[in-house]
Amino acid sequence: MRQEERDMNQQGDRSGLSRRRFLGSAVAASTVLSAPAVLGKARPRAVVVGGGAGGATAARYIASDSKGAVDVTLVEPTRNYYSCFFSNLYIGGFRDFASIGHSYGALAARHGINVVHDWAVSVDRDHRSVGLAGGGSLSYDRLVLSPGIDFRPESVPGWDLTQQNRMPHAYKAGSQTQLLRAQIEAMPQGGVYCMVAPPNPFRCPPGPYERISMVAHVLKGANPTAKILIVDPKEKFSKQGLFEDGWQRHYPGMIERIGPEFGGDRVEVRPDSMEVVVDGEAMKVDVCNVIPAQQAGGIAALAGITNEGGWAPVVPHTMQSRADENIHVLGDASQQGDMPKSGFSANSQAKVCAMAVRGALTGSKVFPARFSNTCWSLIGTHDGVKVGASYEATDEKIAKTDGFISKTGESAELRKATYEESLGWYDAISEDMFG
Amino acid sequence: MAARWARPVCAFADGVPSSEGARGSRVRSAVASAPGVSGLLVAVLLSVLPAAGAGSADAERGKALYGQCKRCHQAGSGAGHRIGPHLNDVFGRPAGSLTDFEYSPAMKAAGSGGLVWNEATLEAFLADPRALVPRSRMSFAGMEGAGDRADLLAWLRVFSGAGSDLPPAEPTATPEEYGLDPRLLTIPGDPEYGAYLAGECTTCHRGDGAAEGIPSITGWPRDDFVLALQAYKRGKRVHPAMQLVAGRLSDEEIAALAAHFSRDEDQP
Repeated sequence: MRQEERDMNQQGDRSGLSRRRFLGSAVAASTVLSAPAVLGKARPRAVVVGGGAGGATAARYIASDSKGAVDVTLVEPTRNYYSCFFSNLYIGGFRDFASIGHSYGALAARHGINVVHDWAVSVDRDHRSVGLAGGGSLSYDRLVLSPGIDFRPESVPGWDLTQQNRMPHAYKAGSQTQLLRAQIEAMPQGGVYCMVAPPNPFRCPPGPYERISMVAHVLKGANPTAKILIVDPKEKFSKQGLFEDGWQRHYPGMIERIGPEFGGDRVEVRPDSMEVVVDGEAMKVDVCNVIPAQQAGGIAALAGITNEGGWAPVVPHTMQSRADENIHVLGDASQQGDMPKSGFSANSQAKVCAMAVRGALTGSKVFPARFSNTCWSLIGTHDGVKVGASYEATDEKIAKTDGFISKTGESAELRKATYEESLGWYDAISEDMFG
Repeated sequence: MAARWARPVCAFADGVPSSEGARGSRVRSAVASAPGVSGLLVAVLLSVLPAAGAGSADAERGKALYGQCKRCHQAGSGAGHRIGPHLNDVFGRPAGSLTDFEYSPAMKAAGSGGLVWNEATLEAFLADPRALVPRSRMSFAGMEGAGDRADLLAWLRVFSGAGSDLPPAEPTATPEEYGLDPRLLTIPGDPEYGAYLAGECTTCHRGDGAAEGIPSITGWPRDDFVLALQAYKRGKRVHPAMQLVAGRLSDEEIAALAAHFSRDEDQP
């Protein structure tokens, strides 16, 4: 049996555990007292901040695999999680909004996780506690931060969060996604949808281009003379050959992309007049979808574990912060190496993290880390493509070991099967996160 | 304004040939007849069935088509449950009713709801399994040609009500079929390690076994599980994601996963 068990024995001193604090009104009604495994003795505590693909998965796996031996609290401000993955399919009319929404009920009821609907606003690393906007605080033995992304200020001149209703980003799913879809549906005949695409690195590398496909799909039916403009600071993008082939087949003449060689990296927006200025030339558009440059969700910087790029470097074997061994960082917020920022990646990293946290807090067996990712994208009806890779932990980074990508010229039947596979994946990862 | 997305450069150069799929779909006009089915099911079936006509189904062709089923099902004398239940006497059997096979909750519910396998219901199920029984564990996309389905059913009829004259059951996947060393089936697996490794599987395969676009992998016989992963690992089964996942699993890790996911309690 090949089990090079990594000794991550950091069980350390548990005598300093504080008793569970009374949190007053900050604790949501859904809080459930899980069955105490060790009565009269404080259980080790894991606090997870962020209830997306990384955080929900980590909370679930720490709680269920430790069978109650670890006290798990999940801090997440929203009561319903809308997944970024498949939100483009909602924009394209392939999913209804409710189908990308998930509640935290099962995590509390089935896995005994203490779900706190509040914002984490500070981390006291010396005293190992997380401050909440509602005024309470949570002490931890291990903290898992999975806060996703925030936007870098001033990355697109003329745009800031106060303009997100005129020029939506729709890059955190929810009301923004609904707003963008409504704006696309309200476009005048022959109007222009413009996307300001983000620079690397950013959440979901094929995401902007799948979105372009979905917008084109909607416009082809309802507004066939409309135009789509992509202003892109990047020379190339994920699945480029597949997307461009698909756009030519499904939406000929509708989509135009301005790359950096033509000023795609020199863009400014004027929300008041609905103008996009590319390399000094102003254009009037009807919908402007600004996806700004990104960095780790704010709490990572507040915890003081981010680098100058705004991301949180981690140790690949355990997803521990390089700045603090008591903190793990998952998903989009982490700087880990070769994995794309995706829900699949975050879910994969969360399982490695959960095992490491459990090993450290309960002494359970720790197996070698392994990671994988697959990203499906929908280009048109029944025209699905995918890219995937496997990864291993090295001391420097999570390193890609092998990969695959769909090919142009595949049969319609294979593309349909790939699309149906993505439906199965959505179903499965949702169950894996929230079930 | 310039630049029509100038450079069709693919950001990822690597890849694995993907020749999955490619199911033949020879459509013929032969037909199944629809005996009495009650209630809601009739409405479903009428929309699925072609016009009924005289039976011109070809059981010998059906025998060849049955090759697609053999990976999971057995039929004939000595047939047992494998990934799917045996198909002896399936005609007339209520869905999900064999007490010694672990069906999906969906299949059991369909049976309790009155679904009985006959020419019409089997024909509808073969055409689109997930349309007739959503969340069934049967991982089969459906057989497109009505003629093919009729021929297959003619062959399956051989195994219903024929007493002791049934032809012997053919095995499901064997090591020989994939050119594998049979000793791969004798490696004991560590279920605890399997439980950790399973995290990589359940991102795509539902833990509860429902097959919705991605096959169910729970509750299989251990040997079938090991063979399937070994076949992907060695490129004998084709699917790029599965070849990627299985390609880096050691024989011991495959055994550990089988110990976790399979329905067999005993170690080899």
